[in-house]
Amino acid sequence: MIVLRGITKRFPGVVANDHIDLEVRRGEIHALVGENGAGKSTLMRILYGLYQPDEGTIEVNGRPVVIDSPRTALALGIGMVHQHFMLIPRFTVAENVILGSEPAGAFGRLQRREAEERVRELCQQYGFALDPAAEVSTLSVGEQQRVEIIKVLYRGAGVLILDEPTAVLVPQEVDELFVNLRRLREQGKTIIFISHMLDEVLEISDRITVLRRGRVVGTVPAAGTTKSQLAEMMVGRPVLLELEHPPVMPGDVRLEARDITVAGRGGKPAVHRVSLAVRAGEIYGIAGVEGNGQTEFVEALVGLRPVISGQILIDGQEVTHATARAVRLLGVANIPEDRHRRGLVLPMAVWENVVLGHHARRQFLNGAFVDRQAVESFADKQVEKFDIRLSSIDVPALALSGGNQQKVIVAREFSFSPKVLIAAQPTRGLDIGATEFVERQLLEARANGMAVLLISANLEEVLSLSDRIGVMYSGELVAEFRRGEATPQELGLYMTGTRRQTAGTGVSPS
Amino acid sequence: METLVSLLTLALIASAIRVTMPILLAALGAVYSERGGVINIGLEGIMIMGTLFGAVGDYVFAQRFPGLVESVPDLAPAAGVLVAILAGVLFALIHAVVTVTFRVDQIISGVALNLLAVGAARFLNILFFEVSTQSPGVSGFTPLNIPILKDIPALEPIATSISPMIPAALLLVLISHWVLLRTRFGLRLRAVGEHPLAADTLGINVIRTRYAGVMISGAFAGMAGAYLAIEQAHLYFEGMTQGRGFIALAAMIFGNWWPLGALGASALFGYFDALSLRVVRLPVPSQFINVLPHIVSILVLAGFVRRAQPPAADGIPYSKEEE
Repeated sequence: MIVLRGITKRFPGVVANDHIDLEVRRGEIHALVGENGAGKSTLMRILYGLYQPDEGTIEVNGRPVVIDSPRTALALGIGMVHQHFMLIPRFTVAENVILGSEPAGAFGRLQRREAEERVRELCQQYGFALDPAAEVSTLSVGEQQRVEIIKVLYRGAGVLILDEPTAVLVPQEVDELFVNLRRLREQGKTIIFISHMLDEVLEISDRITVLRRGRVVGTVPAAGTTKSQLAEMMVGRPVLLELEHPPVMPGDVRLEARDITVAGRGGKPAVHRVSLAVRAGEIYGIAGVEGNGQTEFVEALVGLRPVISGQILIDGQEVTHATARAVRLLGVANIPEDRHRRGLVLPMAVWENVVLGHHARRQFLNGAFVDRQAVESFADKQVEKFDIRLSSIDVPALALSGGNQQKVIVAREFSFSPKVLIAAQPTRGLDIGATEFVERQLLEARANGMAVLLISANLEEVLSLSDRIGVMYSGELVAEFRRGEATPQELGLYMTGTRRQTAGTGVSPS
Repeated sequence: METLVSLLTLALIASAIRVTMPILLAALGAVYSERGGVINIGLEGIMIMGTLFGAVGDYVFAQRFPGLVESVPDLAPAAGVLVAILAGVLFALIHAVVTVTFRVDQIISGVALNLLAVGAARFLNILFFEVSTQSPGVSGFTPLNIPILKDIPALEPIATSISPMIPAALLLVLISHWVLLRTRFGLRLRAVGEHPLAADTLGINVIRTRYAGVMISGAFAGMAGAYLAIEQAHLYFEGMTQGRGFIALAAMIFGNWWPLGALGASALFGYFDALSLRVVRLPVPSQFINVLPHIVSILVLAGFVRRAQPPAADGIPYSKEEE
């Protein structure tokens, strides 16, 4: 029903879409997979009218069309569920759904009862559990996503584009989303599903189109295709999907949190009495839905946020109230979750960023001045060692791609023989290649006897890298497992607060 | 004891209601602007324009159409209010063009507007009246008396000589609350102030909606100025707004960006304003009493600001290109 032919879109310096042909059939779930920068999002933005193609034609229901705005797309029955939700937290579900096409009477009076009724009907028709009168800020991420889908259905769309819909969900929510998507397909809706999570793509879709560097590599039926085949199509070379995780004998406790509580917004603490210990040669993974205190916990550990009660020890030395600089000098490296705000000074050159915070070490100083030659030769070495792709170390960090920016941070944090590494969301937004690189570095750090605390919203990553796993929910550590003890589904139950281990049953460091 | 009792006399309350009005009207205006995501500290300047043009409209109309005014005396002040509203809208339009279209920092534009208003008012006053700092006297509306109550001597201060602008303003509070909460325009205005990108993806014209919010705020601030000149002082003189535009902003914040809240907060500030006008026999210098309303607003805001819930995109310019 939708046919794209020869779609080409150029941006300054790159061809985002290079003569792409795509055919989506009515009533199918069609997955679009590819690494970051493969052109998936660009292609869908073209179909949704956000971008105009430089070449190529679009046919909907056999007729050639020009889609010049999202309005036109919606009129043609094409709707998009954005990766970053476009919801207004302080509005109710119904208000969010009707916004822009409100039923209204005299003087523009909103017909709120009609609106809520209409939303309730839609929810019933597609089996979505939602209360139209609830305020969106009180909903879980999965529920918010349902609101986004209802928004599109309310506007009468027959084709739904979902941009990385599972990236923000816990496993149970993913299962529920898939149930909902199947129900939509049964009722004749067509779904285009963008993802780079191969397991999910194979589970939900009928057909899969793989993009690489702006071109279509091929379209395959999901049935009979394997994960490694897809991965190879995506990357263009065989990929090791499972990194090796050789046994390492854990050493002394390097990082220890004893019963720490950290203030949050309002009266409730963001972190409540969390205790854990990470040993040398061990990766301790913290799983959890974002916003459950992980950010505050990390900030407290590295000295950026005051601790109300409890103790933090590095190598047995108390650093509870130490400054961030003191903690750093004790050998705590940190890959912060927000690399733009905390990890890099974007307008500064790469050679400056790569020594930031360590720039006052004697090796980089010449009296009171920075020894530029020493720093630059150090930077050159790091660029080579960590395979950072750039035209020159003089370019500002903001000119690099996300993956290369992360490599700059990794290069800096790994360079001054840290004892403890705290890595928060280290692979967020990175493509398969860069992700594999960062994960390898974490495993290497572990092999070299570093104590690694890994905080990640990506459950697969936590499971594949960690020796022990703690689950954070609502500011508390609600469960702790050894490697291999828990399935993703089980972890999901703890992550959503459905289940918790009773206090004291946590696993002590082996 | 005598001073304490005088803190709550009906005369004081009546005067508090009167001085509340300009603050309330300007605060209502601020609600519209900020609900749409545009901070408007130019309110003070717009009010200044409102005072001047209120007097000008009133005076010129009375000069031009003496016959009409003779038979219906309320026409002159009505013309003054209309001209003041128009001037307010046009002056606010400058703010909208600068901040919404050209995305200049909203605070800077607001400060510029306030400075511009002071100079422009003096210049225009010379053009209209050939003196620099004040207008000739102008006539106000025919005051209202509440039937029955007006005959009870004890209630006389609050039941008689009521400006018709007072019930009008109170009605506007209710209408504004309804508009923001229950109409399509209100929903869209709030959407644009909370999450303009989301509104944009749903086909709402963010720019146009924000213009509407800012221009409505200009209308209200112009009306606030007109009230001061036409109903309170019966003339325009330089500096007559006395920072009430800023107090109105404080009232809007304390009212949590809602019209009914702004009413409560304005009444509080109005009460202290009235107090500062009336209390003369205290053993403290009068200057201390004069700053009372401002001190109250600082204290109230300092205590409240933690719990305030401004629109999420308040003060942030919107541009389509940013992702």
